[in-house]
Amino acid sequence: MLHQLTRAMTAGLVALAMAGTTGAATAAPESKDPIKVTLHDWTGQLITARIMGETLKKAGYNVDYVQADYLAQFAGMRTGDLHVAMEVWATTAKEAMDEAIAAGGVENVGETGMQAIEDWWFPEYMKEKCPGLPDWKALKECAEVFSTPETAPKGRYLGGPVTWGGYDEERVAALDLPFEVVHAGTDAAMFAELQSAYDRKAPILLWIYAPHWAPIKFKGEWIKFPPYEKACYEDPAWGVNKDAKYDCAKPRGPIYKAVWQGMKDKWPGAYKAVKAYTFDNKEIGELAAKVDLEGQKVEAVVDDWMAKNEDRWKKWIQ
Amino acid sequence: MTDAALSAPAVRRSFPLGRLLWPALLVVTIVLVNLPNGALPAWMTKYPAAWQIPTAAWISTFMRWLMEVASFGLFTVRDLFRAVAWVLDLPLAAAKAVLAEGIGWGRGADAVTIAPAIPWFSALIAGVAAAYKVGGARLAALIGAGLLYLAVFGQWAGAMVTLSSVLVSSALGAVGGLLIGLACVRWRWAERAVSPMLDLAQTMPVFAYLLPMLILFGFGPVSAMIATIVYAMPPMVRVTIIAIRAVPDEIRELGAMTGCTRRQLTWKMLVPSALPALMVGVNQVIMLSLNVVIIASMIGAGGLGFDVLSALRALKIGEGLEAGLAITVLAILLDRFAQALAVKTGRPPERDEQTARRKRSALQAAFMLAGALWILAAIVPDIARYPDALKLSTAPYWSDLVRWINVTFNATLDAIRTFAFLNLLAPAKRFALALPWAWVVALVVIAGLRLGGWRLGLGLGALALAIATTGLWQVAMLTVYLCGVAVVVACLIGVPVGVAAATRPRLWRAVETVIDLLQTLPSFVYLIPIVMLFRVGDFTALIAIVLYAVAPAIRYAAHGVARVPPTLIEAATMTGCTRRQILTRVRVPLALPEILLGINQTIMLALSMLVITALVGTRDLGQETYSALAKADVGKGLVAGLCVAFIAIIADRLVSAAAAKMKRRRGLGA
Repeated sequence: MLHQLTRAMTAGLVALAMAGTTGAATAAPESKDPIKVTLHDWTGQLITARIMGETLKKAGYNVDYVQADYLAQFAGMRTGDLHVAMEVWATTAKEAMDEAIAAGGVENVGETGMQAIEDWWFPEYMKEKCPGLPDWKALKECAEVFSTPETAPKGRYLGGPVTWGGYDEERVAALDLPFEVVHAGTDAAMFAELQSAYDRKAPILLWIYAPHWAPIKFKGEWIKFPPYEKACYEDPAWGVNKDAKYDCAKPRGPIYKAVWQGMKDKWPGAYKAVKAYTFDNKEIGELAAKVDLEGQKVEAVVDDWMAKNEDRWKKWIQ
Repeated sequence: MTDAALSAPAVRRSFPLGRLLWPALLVVTIVLVNLPNGALPAWMTKYPAAWQIPTAAWISTFMRWLMEVASFGLFTVRDLFRAVAWVLDLPLAAAKAVLAEGIGWGRGADAVTIAPAIPWFSALIAGVAAAYKVGGARLAALIGAGLLYLAVFGQWAGAMVTLSSVLVSSALGAVGGLLIGLACVRWRWAERAVSPMLDLAQTMPVFAYLLPMLILFGFGPVSAMIATIVYAMPPMVRVTIIAIRAVPDEIRELGAMTGCTRRQLTWKMLVPSALPALMVGVNQVIMLSLNVVIIASMIGAGGLGFDVLSALRALKIGEGLEAGLAITVLAILLDRFAQALAVKTGRPPERDEQTARRKRSALQAAFMLAGALWILAAIVPDIARYPDALKLSTAPYWSDLVRWINVTFNATLDAIRTFAFLNLLAPAKRFALALPWAWVVALVVIAGLRLGGWRLGLGLGALALAIATTGLWQVAMLTVYLCGVAVVVACLIGVPVGVAAATRPRLWRAVETVIDLLQTLPSFVYLIPIVMLFRVGDFTALIAIVLYAVAPAIRYAAHGVARVPPTLIEAATMTGCTRRQILTRVRVPLALPEILLGINQTIMLALSMLVITALVGTRDLGQETYSALAKADVGKGLVAGLCVAFIAIIADRLVSAAAAKMKRRRGLGA
């Protein structure tokens, strides 16, 4: 009895060991050390990071996913604790990335192909209460519609967490909007408020970004501010307000990828793969919706994508 | 005669002054707040920028130097910290392998797995058996039910990751706390050095030291674990100091007489005889470790905390609640198990040889069965997974419930919110911001002086002044305002509930269940639904703080009222007091010092919630530490954290001094 059990165990162990090694690499990676890919707190990023990570795994690299704060990650990338950041939005983290590049240790490896939009957004039913929307000038007349006891008589605009920056206070002042900026602490809180207001058809005006599931799930539009130009953020004379900067929309911009500088030498193949990776807004938005709206797991969505798009990711690791 | 003559003028002189001091201060405060702009010199109302000390910049520079330049010659400071992290990672990785990830070596494509993680049924059998051994049938049933919850509601995987990190950090925290505590008992100077560090570690928001941890120890689970240990260890140190000192002298003398060495005396006599008390500290360490599960998951601890966060980020309230309840379940299981262990260590072994033997063999059989099933799962991996078809979830109902409340009661909720804002929050905020900083510092000094003497007054005044020098005075006052209002509300609710429940056992059981739940359920779980009902803003933060901080107000009030000596109650009954009179004239006044201590704890908990409320957009010191974390600004985070700690220490010392003074005056002994 005991003998049989031992034999069964050995067989099982051998089988397991075999199963473990059959999926081995096709090309030998330059280093077996794990490449650390950062994960942040929004679904789109989890998907892009995981697709990159899974692709690298297929090429034989070892990959660790590390939960890291969006802006704090650059501190880790400079020292080589973290290696790959798949989504660095020009709109929110460009300054932090440029700072890290200047300080040394971080490299910008180009655009992902996705375009970030981050701006003031309202649900469609607000057009009834404020007919001039989405033109920004309508906000001057409709401030009262958006007001709450805390902000009355001014309107209430729910901005992103303070850490996201975005110059909303400056924008309100420059465009002379009768609004007060209230910062949400996390995007969870922000979208909780949107969901709640949307259920009641209550007035709300808030910061939304894309690619994200919210503009897919909820019907609405972005406010049309004077389009962003570089001069608007640098030269007060530009735009409607001659004495102030930020009298325009937020910049829309590419989403970059960033890596630890040493990656080029340590894992040249992986470095090339990260560089080659591209995606677009619509595709990632749809994948994110599968997770956030249909309730699938990120891992399942990514595995499914990997199975269906072999030709796409194979090209990255060539 | 001479005595009376001497003391009479003294009484007369100090009596009106003492009576009038507080009202006078109040009047001055109100006058100062309502003074028109410019009536006071500008430096008094707004702390001048020129007087600020750039502590934050210094700390940041030092940190950069430490990580990039500092070296011991052979190796750098950075290498040293990384080596420590590597060592600490070993037990963590081992625990994770057994409980969550499977035992093996290699990584990625080369991974070799020799055994899967312990499957749920083996863990269930082993857990129930161990519980039976430690605490009998009741504990076994509880542990069984708890573990089943985790499996049935699909929380098993996350729970095991959390469990492994909590177990390792609790073990390290308990051992580390014990050693530090022993050192403090042996060397006076150690205690003097450690004591202020403990104060800081207990009052500083976790966010403040997360970033230094990340930079020193690298990104990942180890940093999260070290932060958890820093947060959870202080009670263990304190308990150790008290417990070892409380060991009866006879035992020490016995040790000395039998010729024990110092080491033998400590480990063979003092520690074992203090063990039941030490287990209380272990229990605290476990509870606090579970408290920071959510925050730790923000920097890569994974597990249930991450499940809660990601569910709530996608507004899946039900899923978030279920994962949050899984944390509560873990807390209850570990707590009851540790308590049973504590009781057992103080109990003599089973007398009846036969029962003992029967018990032992039953246990052995259970563990063997668990092991055999584990091996079976290694051979047939499919059976190790809990079948999806048997999983339950109540998740959809919760989202619907919140939506229904939101749509149906919106008008009422809005009215409550507006009322609270206009009549409570807005005036309090205006008041707090209008207070001249110089006057607040003076008030702290006067209060310290009256309650505890010169040293207390000047020491606390220095702390208050330190806050001003950092240039964070405004934010600090926002903190004081929000926490102050929350503490007042929590006490208005908590103290009456506690007093009412104290003499009614059945009500007390219900109340205790509720506050236990509120304290162990991660507050993020109820924070998001509150946002949905009340929008982002101070009112939402207020509700969250009150929910979390009300527990000690209730607990201490109930405890204090219940503890009033029965002889006094009897005396009151005999003199013909009604129930009401007994309550208002005897029980409550005598319980007052205890109630004050409860309020003290409420203040501490309110301050510790700042970190969480920063997530819904409050603009106080909590937000400063949080945004410093996001901006990787070590100095700013630590300085803001220190300010929170200073506020906490000022409040704590003042309230404790008041309670001690009151006790003395009522003749209840110090």
